[in-house]
Amino acid sequence: MSINDFLAILPVLVVLVTGVLVMVADVFLPEGRKGIAALLSGLGLAAGLGAALAAVPSTGTAFAGMVVADGFSLFLDALFAAVGLVGIGLAYDYFKRMRLQRGEYYTLLLFSIGGMMLMGHANDLVMFFLALELLSIPLYILSGFFRARLASQEAALKYFLLGAFSSGFVLYGIAMVFGGTASINLEGIVAAVRDGSANLTFLLVGAALLVVGFAFKVSAVPFHAWTPDVYEGAPSPLTGFMSSATKAAGFAALIRLLLVVFPALGENLAPVVSGLAALTMIAGNLIALVQTNIKRLLAYSSIAHAGYLLIGLVAVNSSAAGDAVAAMLFYLVGYAIANLGAWSVVVAAEQAEGRGLELEDYSGLGRKYPWLGVAMLVFMLSFIGVPLTLGFWGKLYLFRVALESGLFGLAVIGIAASLVSAYYYLRVVVYMFFRDGEGVARRDVWLNLIAIGSAAAVVLMALVPGDLLQVAAQAVLRVP
Amino acid sequence: MLEQWMYIGIFMVVAMMLPSIAIIIAGLLSPRRPNPIKNSTYECGIETVGPGWPQFRVQYYIFGLVFLIFDVETVFLFPWAVAYNRLGLFAAVEAALFIAILAGGLIYAWKKGALRWL
Amino acid sequence: MPLSYYLILSAIMFLIGILGVLLRRNPLIMFMSLELMFNAANLAFVAFAAYHQALSGQLFVFFVMTVAAAEVAVGLALMVAIFRTRHTIDVDELSMLQG
Repeated sequence: MSINDFLAILPVLVVLVTGVLVMVADVFLPEGRKGIAALLSGLGLAAGLGAALAAVPSTGTAFAGMVVADGFSLFLDALFAAVGLVGIGLAYDYFKRMRLQRGEYYTLLLFSIGGMMLMGHANDLVMFFLALELLSIPLYILSGFFRARLASQEAALKYFLLGAFSSGFVLYGIAMVFGGTASINLEGIVAAVRDGSANLTFLLVGAALLVVGFAFKVSAVPFHAWTPDVYEGAPSPLTGFMSSATKAAGFAALIRLLLVVFPALGENLAPVVSGLAALTMIAGNLIALVQTNIKRLLAYSSIAHAGYLLIGLVAVNSSAAGDAVAAMLFYLVGYAIANLGAWSVVVAAEQAEGRGLELEDYSGLGRKYPWLGVAMLVFMLSFIGVPLTLGFWGKLYLFRVALESGLFGLAVIGIAASLVSAYYYLRVVVYMFFRDGEGVARRDVWLNLIAIGSAAAVVLMALVPGDLLQVAAQAVLRVP
Repeated sequence: MLEQWMYIGIFMVVAMMLPSIAIIIAGLLSPRRPNPIKNSTYECGIETVGPGWPQFRVQYYIFGLVFLIFDVETVFLFPWAVAYNRLGLFAAVEAALFIAILAGGLIYAWKKGALRWL
Repeated sequence: MPLSYYLILSAIMFLIGILGVLLRRNPLIMFMSLELMFNAANLAFVAFAAYHQALSGQLFVFFVMTVAAAEVAVGLALMVAIFRTRHTIDVDELSMLQG
């Protein structure tokens, strides 16, 4: 082992060390100056983002085969650091307004981001498990950050119980994979499968349990029950961060596992994942139709988008694997931008004690604050997949991959589900522009910057979708 | 093989019989004259105060948690200490980093007053 | 003893854990069931490690134990926080959110 090992996971280290520093620094900060913790965290994440962008992808492993630093993991590092930066921007004004500005929020957020980054780097099932827990445990605490608000506590307890439940599945799956192959290293597992020494029954049981465990994390139907409750109860800035980043981390693990470890099981797993994808798209979109609370609506929307992404996961085991992963990465980026933007509008419109979250409260908001209204319109169009938005290209690439790998049924369900989704997404816009109401929104520099910046990114990046897909494809190419 | 299992079986039967015989004989022979003092909870001969299910202070719990975390983390230091001579400098640096991170947590707990007994 | 004995025991423990989480309504009991699931995996790990003569399984158990301790700390803290405001931790009574 040498210094190169540390360099391989430099972005992760930067973020986690910042997390520890913020934790220690926070207790020495006087009350009322806790904003400094947010500033420090932002600087740390920016440094992590820089480290991820500057790093050169390598095909080798580090720490005795425990972690890799290929293009895929560095791409995700950059994504998580960027989402984290926006997450801090969402949180800063919100917690100041709710009189809950505390350094712990930023510390735990950094730990969680570190876990997500580590998930992309993991090359060993121990690392997958540790990364999963490192990203989940801080999120359990953060969901209950409003200690005095019952909904927040309830969300935290539910998230904790179901999160630990899914971790149990992941853990037992890992045990079965270890039993089948006598190795917990991804290369060791692949080698055992190749030379025929693996017990395929154990391996299949293990893979199925792992898929179930991660299906909880990405909230695929029928493992989605926790999502709307947790998204509603948790503080809004956290929900915005969580719905963008946790999903990406869960899919990162699933992609790495299905692409590298379980290609041999593709035939057995593909029907399961296809079923999950179809169910998730249909159920997510249909239940979203009847939601009247904006946080629950966006929660079901996030479930529906997990369904679209699962189509790509089915295609990972086909001949179009590279294209499928590139399309998924593209979609994750597009979804993260639009989603963070939409949540910035939600955070701006939320009043004290969780009021201002019903669709009724959005009446007239678009005419009073045209910038927020137009930004929300752009995000909703992107969620639907209307042309000229990033969401359109994301869906186009995903459905194209589905057709290339012969998944006609899933592609048709996806397109139909997108048409259905237009109803509930546009309803938000209708409320904002065509109803009269007394809605008030917070005018905060950071929130406005995030809303308008994300809207601009959704439109402008849609002008050069090919180049973006190229970046994603480059990242995938380096996966061994 | 079977014989060895039989010994264990006999041993278990005897082990269960002895205490039950003792309890039954004591129950048959002993005089039974209850009074309130005899029926109260035995606590080193001192009279009991209050109900048996009081609420404990949250502080016990915080102490317990801090102890639990540091206790379990030691699991990682133990193998390192055993194989110290063979692992060399890098492992020593790693262990120092590990302890430094734990120390960060301790400073946090300390400054937050988790270690102060009120 | 053959490997299958340990695996059957571990599978039974895992199932009891799952049923406990799904059927019981007291978070503390659900929590113990979660621990049972984790320890079922631990048992499978050590059994496989002994069977394959591969140390990585035993190493994994160390990590599971520490992670479980961290989870215990967080989970109990959440329950204490809820109990202090509500004086109950029954999950059926926690019904502000629609489930």
